[in-house]
Amino acid sequence: MTMPFYVPPEQQMKDRAEFARKGISRGRSLVACQYQDGILFVAENLSNTLRKISEIYDRIAFAGVGKYNEFDQLRQAGVRAADLKGYQYARDDVDARSLANQYAQMMGHIFTHDQKPLEVEILVAEIGYDASQDRLFHILYDGTVMDESRFSVLGGDADPISERMNTSFTVGATLSAALKACAQSLSGPDKTLAAVDLEVAVIERGNNRRCFRRIEAIEATSLMG
Amino acid sequence: MSMPYFTPSQDPGANFQELLSRVGLVPRNVQGHSIVDIPHATTCVAVTYQDGVVMAGDRRATAGNLISHRDMEKVVKADTYSGVGIAGAAGPAMEMIKLFQLQLEHYEKMEGQQLSLEGKANQLSTMVRANLPSAMQGLGVVPIFGGFEPRQSKGRLWDYDMTGGRYEEREFVAIGSGSLHAGTVIKIGWRAQMTKSDAVSLVCRALWEAADADSATGGPDVMRGIYPIVAAISQDGWVPVPDDELAQVFESIIAQVRSR
Repeated sequence: MTMPFYVPPEQQMKDRAEFARKGISRGRSLVACQYQDGILFVAENLSNTLRKISEIYDRIAFAGVGKYNEFDQLRQAGVRAADLKGYQYARDDVDARSLANQYAQMMGHIFTHDQKPLEVEILVAEIGYDASQDRLFHILYDGTVMDESRFSVLGGDADPISERMNTSFTVGATLSAALKACAQSLSGPDKTLAAVDLEVAVIERGNNRRCFRRIEAIEATSLMG
Repeated sequence: MSMPYFTPSQDPGANFQELLSRVGLVPRNVQGHSIVDIPHATTCVAVTYQDGVVMAGDRRATAGNLISHRDMEKVVKADTYSGVGIAGAAGPAMEMIKLFQLQLEHYEKMEGQQLSLEGKANQLSTMVRANLPSAMQGLGVVPIFGGFEPRQSKGRLWDYDMTGGRYEEREFVAIGSGSLHAGTVIKIGWRAQMTKSDAVSLVCRALWEAADADSATGGPDVMRGIYPIVAAISQDGWVPVPDDELAQVFESIIAQVRSR
């Protein structure tokens, strides 16, 4: 029998975190922010079919960056958890905070127990009945949960994008203004992203039960124009 | 409930029914057994009033034609803003109430917030449905559920059938062997936006008439000082009506009956 080399736990965690961060930084970033009618999601995404942003429940949406198959599996688990809870109790009992906690448990467990950590960062966002009840839960590869306000940036380039968002974000912006701010922050000084390079979606307050709506390239172009 | 996460070979895909069975939420099948009567030996009522809901239930338990217990509590507090009344076989009924109360408390502690009123009603429905095999053997349990809905600031009521069917009622519900008489009294006396004292008088009158006509429903036992359980659920939570107030209400009912 071979003896495994001793690796101190500090080193092990550091290696895993570095591995996960490297994987995430290979992908493109994503921004979500509040606007006057709800929450807007903008992701740099060349594919029109492999989605980064999607619907979880009536007032809850999911966004992920990093390895597609991994965050898509998380998305499916979230949809299942939400639909089961809504069926077992009531639709009002499905909330982002509880989902975020469940995601954190799961991702934390995978980070410490599995062969490799997940190379993803996810966002669970929920709109309330007014803007003060909106929620943005940002969850990292190791299960760290951050309860963010106003906007949230996911992905490898988060720091410069956050700085740009800080200057361009305004409270209560229109959809068009918020979309422009997000697109500019994602672009940066040395590149410009057009509507066709972006995946855009919103969860918006209104009379509909299901608040999630995708904004396709045509509408996004006119909003950014 | 942990997050449903499956290996590729176990994944139920987009089939929600299959997902339910993977997580163990499909109701058991019932085979054989004859249809049994509706639960008996109780009267429980609930009415909406201007601030919420008033619930009431008699205290008698019977075994065949004998009175087995004189101070049963068939209407109980479920949590701060809701109550449950129960008809049917006493043992399973009391067990169901205990489990239901604990489930609401457990959810609140685990999730850090209360279930919505509708969520609680649905939870009770699941428990009644789980009891269906026993119900088919004669140990049926049928509850009523009422509570205060903080979001709409009003009372809401539900009644159930033995299969777990759940029906929201806008005005009142009555269950048990005396429900025909109690329900008729309430149907005639119910008004929108009643005051609490009017609602309490109405449910007491309903229980009185039920006890008068149904041998399995107990009336006020003045000799022993045992009165029906009556409680109001409003913004202030579950507030039982004290016995001395109930004694007065029943005295005036007796005076009315005497002067007929």
